[in-house]
Amino acid sequence: MPNIELTVNGTPRRAEVEGRTLLVELLRDGLGLTGTHVGCDTSQCGACVVIVAGKAVKSCTLLAVQADGESVTTIEGLASGDALHPIQAAFHEHHALQCGFCTPGMIMATVDMIERHDARLDEATIRHELEGNLCRCTGYHNIVKAIQAASDAIAASKSQGVQVDA
Amino acid sequence: MREFVYHRPLSLAEAERLFAASAEGRYLSGGMTLIPTMKQGLATPVDLVDLGRLPELKMLLVEDGYLVVGAATTHTEVQTSPIVADAIPALADLAGQIGDPHVRHRGTIGGSIANNDPAADYPAAVLALGATIETSRRTLPAEEFFQGMFSTALEEGEIVTRIRFPIPERAAYRKFSNPASRYAMAGVFVAMLGDGEVRVAVTGAGQDGVFRASEMEDALSAELNPAEIEAIVVDPATMLSDLHGSAAYRANLVKVMAKRAVADLLA
Repeated sequence: MPNIELTVNGTPRRAEVEGRTLLVELLRDGLGLTGTHVGCDTSQCGACVVIVAGKAVKSCTLLAVQADGESVTTIEGLASGDALHPIQAAFHEHHALQCGFCTPGMIMATVDMIERHDARLDEATIRHELEGNLCRCTGYHNIVKAIQAASDAIAASKSQGVQVDA
Repeated sequence: MREFVYHRPLSLAEAERLFAASAEGRYLSGGMTLIPTMKQGLATPVDLVDLGRLPELKMLLVEDGYLVVGAATTHTEVQTSPIVADAIPALADLAGQIGDPHVRHRGTIGGSIANNDPAADYPAAVLALGATIETSRRTLPAEEFFQGMFSTALEEGEIVTRIRFPIPERAAYRKFSNPASRYAMAGVFVAMLGDGEVRVAVTGAGQDGVFRASEMEDALSAELNPAEIEAIVVDPATMLSDLHGSAAYRANLVKVMAKRAVADLLA
């Protein structure tokens, strides 16, 4: 079985995986990081989105071996201690969740979205960019509001020279 | 998913050797189609040969009037590359309409055209622009490469290495996406080449996969105007029909998308 090394939420990890082990299976079952959810298992819902090598990916559609040597960030890697990441804080503030199942994927997709748009998001862009993430509670209005607020907060902290890490 | 042996070759030659040595090998590029297919048990390779990190497949440049795109270039890279935006903005626009951001981060142009899904976007651009497909063994024109639904001229073990697009005067792509899958229900790529020739390719709609709409090409070469499309009859007998849309609906969509693409091209 392949041995792989990857950096998960800043910590180097080694794992022995089968070729067929999906990244989401390694994260949840192998490393106990159950914040990453499996919603549809058909690559459509985005509940399993994590950041690999700086880009949002669907971890149910990636083999763990494909992430060998890469850096992976999951929802568990965002907060620093008790301080929520600005995106998590915005989702909390705007009640951008109902059942909460899609929330980790939504937040990880937001990390990537804000990064790619350099924290300059408007509502139309946010709605379009959310095409890879489904909320079965249909809580999109508050999700969009939270993403907008998070984007604005990160833009403001950037202009003040404060570094916000993903 | 069924068990398989995963291989990560370091060169194109090694990839071909690994494939040839396998009882049942498959190449893996971005995996955005293959991995879901394997999860469903519809593909059960014994050996999986990952092309994702081969340096030979990584390139994006303009050379002698051609845009050359390596097979392992992701949809996001095509979508956001200043080189593509400058050479063929319609191609960047097309790439940005594939799947969703997370899929575009992994899916590759080489994987897309090698799979030749009848509803994939890239084949329309490759065919309309008259691109050539370079492989580990030879060079093929788009017309010879695409051979019907999920079928290409690729031989056993042959690898798409790069796609060479002639840079057109102007081009535009319009598609009507399936709202769930984002695959094209009908996608039309219209290109006006340097010599004034207009080429039109349609994806998502035809029973035999991507095809050139020659009647539209003739009409638009005479006069580049959306009104020229109106009188053309798209035969529903050649169109796909499924639960998402009937053949007659798709035949109409082809005309509507073609008109919109021509309007974009003139804008």
